[in-house]
Amino acid sequence: MRLITHNMLSSNIKGVVNGFPLRIEAEKVMEKTMEMNSEFLEKMFEKVDWKAFVDASRAMGYTELPEEANSSMLDSDEFLNRFHHALLELDLEEGALVCPETGRRFPVSKGIPNMLLHEDEV
Amino acid sequence: MGLISKVVVPPENFYDDVEARKYTSFSHIVQIQRALELLALPDDHVPKLLLDISCGSRFSGKTLSENGHHWIEIGISASMLNVAMEREVEVDLLLGDMGLGIRPRVIDGAISISAVQWLCNADNSSHNPRLRLKAFFTSLYKCLSNGARAVFQVYPENIDQCELILNASMHVGFVGSIVRRKEFLVLTCGQHSINVSISKGKNEDGDSYSDKDNEDEENQTFFK
Repeated sequence: MRLITHNMLSSNIKGVVNGFPLRIEAEKVMEKTMEMNSEFLEKMFEKVDWKAFVDASRAMGYTELPEEANSSMLDSDEFLNRFHHALLELDLEEGALVCPETGRRFPVSKGIPNMLLHEDEV
Repeated sequence: MGLISKVVVPPENFYDDVEARKYTSFSHIVQIQRALELLALPDDHVPKLLLDISCGSRFSGKTLSENGHHWIEIGISASMLNVAMEREVEVDLLLGDMGLGIRPRVIDGAISISAVQWLCNADNSSHNPRLRLKAFFTSLYKCLSNGARAVFQVYPENIDQCELILNASMHVGFVGSIVRRKEFLVLTCGQHSINVSISKGKNEDGDSYSDKDNEDEENQTFFK
């Protein structure tokens, strides 16, 4: 699972009011290489919750993102490269996603989060 | 690749390892390509963030990634854990319920091949198809950006099931139409003024559902 997906996910357990962001427990992180597309990154910059993104990147072992970001930084190749790498090239292979309100752990195995809810959570 | 009779079982029972692999077929790829056409994404050559809702094989990933977009694929069959070894770099797969759990207005389009009718099953008394469909379409509507489309290929059992699905989607705000011999349901977010002529669930020729549809549906199978 890449951080582009993590940044879009929230816990949808019944009764949870604010299930975003899910906390990451990383046991195994893989890195992949993808071609960068700056136009896509500009679009994603508008959608990404930046604080959640920085915290998640750190949980994945990547610490090169600035605490805060604004759209003028998209003119910088260095910033684009870091944004691209953190968003699309880091892959959570093993670990868990944890609901911020209930502490419920959703296991991640072979890169696939299992967010199927139990009967009483629906 | 033989014909498989249409059956009514919960996806977790039907899509076991053998069926999940069998479902990875050429016809599935064709259906995905058709669904992508119907999404009518802008021709600006910028990749989009798209959603694929499935209850079958992970093979979608290759077809999806070849289009250059980035995908979140939500599967509701645990068997996908076994089929999903060949992941593509542009596709993230997760197992989830039809409540989706995605943030508001972040998805540029959604497709679903032969998955939504599972929501119509009432496999035990605690499951209410209307409530499940409502939960699904509500969360889907919420996560799509304004003007985005969702395209479903559905194999409804009968006319009632088809109307159940369409009514549930329109109830939460989608505007919908049936295209291509009633195989595909196309839903649009937030463009009521443009789609007013199809707001009552008519197909491209303006026909409403009729009893004649039942004849076609009786002959449908999962593979053609």
